[in-house]
Amino acid sequence: MKTIADLKAIKEKHIYDIEMRRDHGVHKTDSVGNDKVRAHVMVCSGTGCTAGGAEKIITTFEECIAEKGISEEIKVVKTGCFGLCALGPIVIVYPEGVFYSEVKLENIPRIVEEHFIGGNVVKELVYPETLCKEDNSILPLDEVDFYKKQMRLALRNCGLINPDCIDEYIANDGYFAIAKCLTEMKPEEVIEVIKASGLRGRGGAGFPTGLKWGFAAKADTPDGQKYVACNADEGDPGAFMDRSVLEGDPHVLIEAMAIAAYSIGASYGFVYVRAEYPIAVMRLQRAIDDAREYGLLGKNVLGKGFEFDLEIRLGAGAFVCGEETALIRSIEGNRGEPKPRPPFPAVKGIFDRPTVLNNVETYANVPPIILQGADWFRGIGTEGSKGTKVFAVGGKISNVGLVEVPMGITLREVIYEIGGGIPNGKEFKAAQTGGPSGGCIPTEHLDAPIDFESLTALGSMMGSGGLIVMDEDNCMVDIAKFFLEFTVDESCGKCPPCRIGTKRMYEILERITEGKGEIEDIQKLEDLAETISANSLCALGQTAPNPVLSTLKYFRDEYEAHVSERRCPAGACRAMTSYHINEDCKGCALCIKACPADAITGERKAVHVIDQIKCVKCGACVLKCPFKAIVIK
Amino acid sequence: MSKTNEAQVLCQESMALLKDIVKQHGSGGRKDELIEVLNEVQEKLGYVPYEAQKYIAETMNLPLAEIFGVVTFYSRFSLKPVGKYKIAVCMGTACYVKDAQKILDRFVELTGVQPGETSEDGLYSIVATRCIGACGLAPVITINEDVHGKLVVEDVDRLLEIYK
Repeated sequence: MKTIADLKAIKEKHIYDIEMRRDHGVHKTDSVGNDKVRAHVMVCSGTGCTAGGAEKIITTFEECIAEKGISEEIKVVKTGCFGLCALGPIVIVYPEGVFYSEVKLENIPRIVEEHFIGGNVVKELVYPETLCKEDNSILPLDEVDFYKKQMRLALRNCGLINPDCIDEYIANDGYFAIAKCLTEMKPEEVIEVIKASGLRGRGGAGFPTGLKWGFAAKADTPDGQKYVACNADEGDPGAFMDRSVLEGDPHVLIEAMAIAAYSIGASYGFVYVRAEYPIAVMRLQRAIDDAREYGLLGKNVLGKGFEFDLEIRLGAGAFVCGEETALIRSIEGNRGEPKPRPPFPAVKGIFDRPTVLNNVETYANVPPIILQGADWFRGIGTEGSKGTKVFAVGGKISNVGLVEVPMGITLREVIYEIGGGIPNGKEFKAAQTGGPSGGCIPTEHLDAPIDFESLTALGSMMGSGGLIVMDEDNCMVDIAKFFLEFTVDESCGKCPPCRIGTKRMYEILERITEGKGEIEDIQKLEDLAETISANSLCALGQTAPNPVLSTLKYFRDEYEAHVSERRCPAGACRAMTSYHINEDCKGCALCIKACPADAITGERKAVHVIDQIKCVKCGACVLKCPFKAIVIK
Repeated sequence: MSKTNEAQVLCQESMALLKDIVKQHGSGGRKDELIEVLNEVQEKLGYVPYEAQKYIAETMNLPLAEIFGVVTFYSRFSLKPVGKYKIAVCMGTACYVKDAQKILDRFVELTGVQPGETSEDGLYSIVATRCIGACGLAPVITINEDVHGKLVVEDVDRLLEIYK
C-alpha cells in the first residue's frame, strides 16, 4: 500500500516525463534512470485514432526505432485524445511539440530517419496549421488556431499521459487531491469548497454539484451505507466527451469519486458505462486494478483509515438510462424506467440509499478544484456558469473533434476560430446543441455566449456537450424528424404522452418531409409539443419536442415551404427532390461509373441524362462530377 | 413471445458457457447481477436464447417474465442469433448530417436485409446503431470489430465484396 510519501516519490521519479511534454522541458534523467531519452512520441489512442490504426502505428514506430538502434533515446507513448479527431491518426513529438496528422504507416520510417536521426522535422507530414505562415517554422501548439482559445481543464491529462500508467497520472498531481482531503480537510469542508467553486453538473441539467453532495451528506441511511455513482452512459448522438476522458484519463474518475465518497460518507461506488465503449471500459478497469494495488482503493486508502472501492456496470444500450433514476434502476438490474422525483437520488438512490450521481466531466473538474481552490475555478467562466465546458464538435465543420473552452466563449469563436469554419465553401445554417433534448441555434445568434442560461434562453440547452454544425444542405425539418425518430425509439414507454405523442409528432414530420404535409400540421406539432412537455415524467419526454420547437422558431419558413409549396429549400428531402444534369456536362462519364443504380446514360463528350425512375437519389454522381453539372431541384 | 417460446435446445458447448457465466457473474443470487450476466451471454453466444433465459431464471431465482422484460428493454440484447457479419451503420447526428442514411439504404438495397434483421443465410445482420462516438470519421460503420470511416455510397459495394 502506498502512503502520501510514496506518492511524492513516484511524482519525483516521473516528473521529467511530464515536463518534457507539458513544458517542453529540457531533457533530464527519466523515470527508469535513463539519461539518454531525448524525445517522446505521443500516439493518440482514442477511439477515432484507434479506428485509424493507432496500434499499428505504435508498433511500427517501435520497430523502426529499434532497427535504427535508438530505442533508448526515443520513447513511444500511447496517450488520450488530442481533440483533432478529423485529422487522425495523430502523433505529437515532444519536447518540440511537432504535430504529425493523418499519419500513415509508410511515412513512419521517414519520420524516424529524417526527424529522429537527422534532426529535421518532416514538414510535409506536419499538420499545416502548425507551420508559421512567414518562415515555415513550427508554431507552439498553443498558438495554433485550434488550440489558441481552448482551455484544457477536464481534458488536462488527455494527450499528456499514458492512461494505462498510474505513475504518470500521479506525476501530474494525480491522487494528491484525495490525499489533501484525507489529511487536511473535513468532509464538510470538501463540500464547501465544491459549493464555493460554483461547479455545475456537466451532464446536461447543470445542477450545482456542491449542493447535491450536501444533500447526500445530510441524508439519513438505515444501515450507514451510501453510494457514489458516475454516469458514463453517454448517449447523445454526436457526443463523445466522456468517452475521451475515460479513455485518456481514467484515474481522474477514481480520484474524484473517492473525494465525493469521503465528503458524503460513502464507501462504495458504481461507474455506469456504455458497453459500446470497449476501450474506455478496458482502460477504466485497468485503472481500478492498479489503484487497488497501490491502496488508493480499498479498506484503508493511503493508510488514512478511509474505505472506498468501486466497480463498473455496463449499460446495455438504452438512452433513457442517462436519466438518473433510470440509471439507478438499471444498476439494480431492472428495466431502465425512470421513477418520480422526489425522493431525489441524493436522499434515496441505489438500493434506496443516499447516492451522489455525477457525470464524468463533472468529476474530472473536482481534483483541480480541491488542489487549486474554489477562487481559482470561480475566476474562469461567466457569472452563472463557472469553469470550462468540453464540446464534441461534429458535422459540417473542418476541425471535427473535441474542444474544451471557458464558459462564455461565443459560438462563432468555437465554430469559426477553433473549428475552422464550414468546409467546401458552404454557408453555415445552424448549430445543434443538447442532442435530442436541445435545439438548433441559427446564424443570428452566433455571437451568443455559451453558458447554461443563454443557451436555454435561445430555446436550446447546454446538454452534455454535443455540438453539431449544419450547413445549407441540411433540411431543418429533416433534422427535427431525425431527433424525433431517436426519441420514439428510445422512449421507455412508461408515460403515454411521451410514448404515443412523440410517435404522432414523428408521423407528422414524416408526412411533411414526404411532401404530404398540410398547413394545419404545424399547429398540430405545436399542440403535441406542449402536451408532451407538460405531462412526461422524466427529462427525456419533457424535452423531446425541443428539436421541433426550436427549428419551428428559427426556420418556420422551411416548414411552410414543405407544406405549401411542396418544396425542400435545402434539397435534402428525397421525395421532393430530383437530380438533373445541365449543359455544363462535358460527357466525361465519371458519373456513369459512380452511379450505383446504373441510372445515368450518355455518349462520351455529350451531355448525360439521369433516368428519374432508376435514380435512387444517393448523390454519388454529384460528388464525382468535376464540372458541378449535376443539380438538385 | 410465441416464436421465442419454442424450445431451442442449446448445444452442449453453449450450455457449458452459460453455466460458467452464471457461476461467475450471478452466483450472489442478487438481482443487480442480472444485466452483467445477460451482457456476457450476449457476447459469448451472440444472442440471448429462450433456453438461456429459462436457465438464468431458475438458477438466479428470478421470474422468467422479468428476465424477458429486461432482455427486450435493452437494445444490446437480441433474441435471435446475429449474422456472421454484423454491419452497424452509425446513425448519430454527425453521421446523419453527412448522409449516413444513404449508406444504410445502399446496404439494405444490396443485401436485401432490413435494419434490425439478419439475412436468411445467416451471413449479414444490419443495424442502424446509436452514435459510436467516432464522429471524426463520419459517416462511419462497423463490421464486427472493424471500423470503416469517411464512407461514400460507392464504398458499400466495395465493402460487401470484402465481407462475403
